[in-house]
Amino acid sequence: MSEARTQILTSIRRSLKRDSASPEMVSTVENRLKAHARNLVPQRSNLSPSDRIDLFVSMATEVAATVERLPNLSRVPHAVADYLASQNLPAEVKVAPDPQLATIPWDKRPTLTVTTGRAADRDLTSVTAAFSAIAETGTLMMLSGPEHPTTLNMMPDTHIVVLRADQVVGSYEDGWDAVRRRDKEMPRTVNFITGPSRTGDIEQTLQLGAHGPRRLHILLIDGPSV
Amino acid sequence: MQSTSHAFKDNAHGALADERLQKALGKMKVGFQDKRTRAVARLPEFDTLRDQSRDIKNHVLEHLDLYLERFEANVIANGGKVHWCRTPGEARDAIVEICRSVDARIVTKGKSMIAEEIELNDHLEKNGLEPVETDLGEYIIQLRKEAPSHIIAPAVHLNKEDVAESFMKAHDKLDPNRSLEEPRALVNEAREMLRQKFLAADVGITGANFLIAETGSTVIVTNEGNGDLTQTLPKIHIVLASLEKIVPTLEDATTILRVLARSATGQEFSSYTTFSTGPRRPGDLDGPEQFHVVLLDNGRTAMLGTEFQEMLRCIRCGACMNHCPVYGAVGGHAYGWVYPGPMGSVLTPGLIGVQEAGHLPNASTFCGKCESVCPMRIPLPKMMRHWREREYEKKMSPQAFRNGLGIWAWFAKRPDMYRLGSRIAMGVLGMLGRRKGKFRSLPLAGGWTDWRDMPAPEGKTFHQLWAERQQGKASTGAATTASSSSDRKAA
Ligand code: SF4
Repeated sequence: MSEARTQILTSIRRSLKRDSASPEMVSTVENRLKAHARNLVPQRSNLSPSDRIDLFVSMATEVAATVERLPNLSRVPHAVADYLASQNLPAEVKVAPDPQLATIPWDKRPTLTVTTGRAADRDLTSVTAAFSAIAETGTLMMLSGPEHPTTLNMMPDTHIVVLRADQVVGSYEDGWDAVRRRDKEMPRTVNFITGPSRTGDIEQTLQLGAHGPRRLHILLIDGPSV
Repeated sequence: MQSTSHAFKDNAHGALADERLQKALGKMKVGFQDKRTRAVARLPEFDTLRDQSRDIKNHVLEHLDLYLERFEANVIANGGKVHWCRTPGEARDAIVEICRSVDARIVTKGKSMIAEEIELNDHLEKNGLEPVETDLGEYIIQLRKEAPSHIIAPAVHLNKEDVAESFMKAHDKLDPNRSLEEPRALVNEAREMLRQKFLAADVGITGANFLIAETGSTVIVTNEGNGDLTQTLPKIHIVLASLEKIVPTLEDATTILRVLARSATGQEFSSYTTFSTGPRRPGDLDGPEQFHVVLLDNGRTAMLGTEFQEMLRCIRCGACMNHCPVYGAVGGHAYGWVYPGPMGSVLTPGLIGVQEAGHLPNASTFCGKCESVCPMRIPLPKMMRHWREREYEKKMSPQAFRNGLGIWAWFAKRPDMYRLGSRIAMGVLGMLGRRKGKFRSLPLAGGWTDWRDMPAPEGKTFHQLWAERQQGKASTGAATTASSSSDRKAA
C-alpha cells in the first residue's frame, strides 16, 4: 500500500514536471490552510439581525420546512404537543441529551411522553438542538457529539429542531467561524440540513421523506432561554 | 462496468428508436434546464463564484501532492486511515479486506460514481458480501441489473411503471395486489425495505464530493439522507473517492458547494450536506467506529500536465449532460460506460483509452452549451477536439473519413483548384436538387442521408456568394446588419 502511495505522489510530481515542491510552494499551501480565507460571500445574507431571521424563515419555508416562533423555551412542550396533534402523530418524542433542552419544563404537558438518547428504529419524532442556522439558504447546522447524536437528525419520520434566534447567522462561512470559535477539533459529523428529506428519482416528481425525515419543524425561540 | 463505448453508434440508434426511453428523456430535459436557469438568476454572484471555483481547483491541481499529504495527515490525526490505490483492483482489494476484518455480510452504499468505475458491486458479491444501493435511483437500477444513465439521476431513463414492475418482482414477500401506481407508494416501499438494510449493515460505503485538506474531512451531498444513514449506522464507514476531489479549506468547499446544487438540480442547496471527520468520538452515542478513505488514482495523475488537466476540476454536477442535445436525444446508456454526456466524452477516453472510447468525442454538435453551463468552466468542446486530434494521429478514424480529409487537404493547398472543384460540385448538386430542394440519398453520404435529408445547395459556392456580397456592399455603401446569433453567455 505504501508503495502505491509513493508511486501516486511521484506520478503527480512527474506530471507537474517537478521533483519535490519548492519551499515557496510548501509555504503557499501552509499559509492558505492556516488563513482559510473566505472567498466571495454573496450579499444576500448581509442583513440586520432581524432581516436575517426573516430570510432564514422564508428560505426554510421554501424548501418545505415549517417554522414556528416562540417567545421562550418554556413554550416548547406546548408547541411540540400541539404540532404532533395537528399532524395526527402520537405524543411521543425522543429528545437529544442536550443540557439546554433539559431545562425545558416538559412536565407542563403531561400527556407527552419524553425519553432521551440516540434514535432507535421505532422512534417516530425527535427533538434536537441546532448549533447554528444559515439564513442564506434556510439551512440548519448540526454538530455531532455526546449531546447531539446524529441518528436523531436522520432516522425519525418527524424532526423537530429547537433554534435560538441569536444562533441564526448569514452565511455558511459565519457558521464555520462559530465552529472554530469553540476551540475544539472538528466534530465527527457536521450536518447541514435544508428542508426535509426528498427525492426526484421517480419521474422527477418531488417526494418528501425518501430516507430521512418527512417533516422538519423548526421552533425558533426569540427570547433568552426559559 | 464493462464498456460498450466502442459501439456508441449502434447504442445511439437503439436509443433513438426506444419509445419509453424517449418519453423519460423528454421529461428530464425541461425539468433540469428550467430549474437551473431560475436558481442562477436568483444569485447575482453566480458567475464570479464559478470563476473562483475554477481558480480553487486550478490551485489545488498545481499543488496536488502537498494537499493530499496534508489531507492524509489530518485523517490520521482524527483516528482514520487512508488507503492509496493506483488501480480499480487495488481499491476493490482494500475494501474487501476492510469488510473481512469485521466479518461483514451486508454493505450499504451511498451513491458513488467511483464505485461504478471500479465495478465494486460485482466484486463484493463475488466475495460473499451483499452490496445494497441506498440512493433510490441506484437501488432501482441495482434491482434491474442496469447501469446508471445519469451521474446524479441514475434512473432518469425509467418511467414509474418500470419501477413498479421491478418492485413487484423484487419485493416478493409483500402483497402482490398492492397498488404501486403513485410515485409516493414506490418511495414509501423503498424506504421500508431499505430501512431494514441500513439497520443490518456492517459496513457503509459512501463516495465524496469533496475531501478537505485542512481538516481531513470528507463531504457528501444528498437529498434523500441515504448517505447519512449509510455512514452513521454501521460499524465502519468507508469513503471511496478519487484523488482530485480535494480542496484546501472548509471555505473553499463552501464556495464550490454554492455552484454545485444550483448547477445540478437547480436547488439553492441540497437537503443534506454532511462533513465527516474520523470515526465517532469518545462519548458519542452513534457514528462509525472506524473511518477509512480509499483514495483512487486510476489514470487521473496521468491526465495532470496534459491538455486534459482541466477535466480534473469536474465536480460531477451533471449540468453539461442536462443541457446537451446529444445526451437529450440518446440518453446515458448509449455512451457505454460510467460517465455519459459531454463530461463522459472527455473523461472516458482518458480513463479507459481512446481505442475503446474514441467515438465519444465525436458525439457532439459542438454547440458549446456544455461549456456555457459548466460551473467549473471546463472547456469541454476544446477537449473533445483534442481527443479527435489524438484519434486522428493514432490513425483510428475510419478510412473513408481519412481519405475524404486527404482529398480535401490536397485541394485546400491549391486555392484555384479548390474554387474550380467546388464550383463544379455545387453547380451539379444545385442542378440535380433544384426540383425537390433536397436529397433523399447521395453517394458516399449515406451516414447523413440515412437519417435525414441533405438540403440541396443553391448552386453557388461560398466564395462566389462572398465576392458578390462584397461588391454589393461597396456599391451601396450600406452597413450590413450584424448577425443576431444567439448569445451563449446569456445561458
Ligand atoms: S464537466 Fe462541468 S458541467 Fe459537466 S459534470 Fe463536470 S462540472 Fe458539471
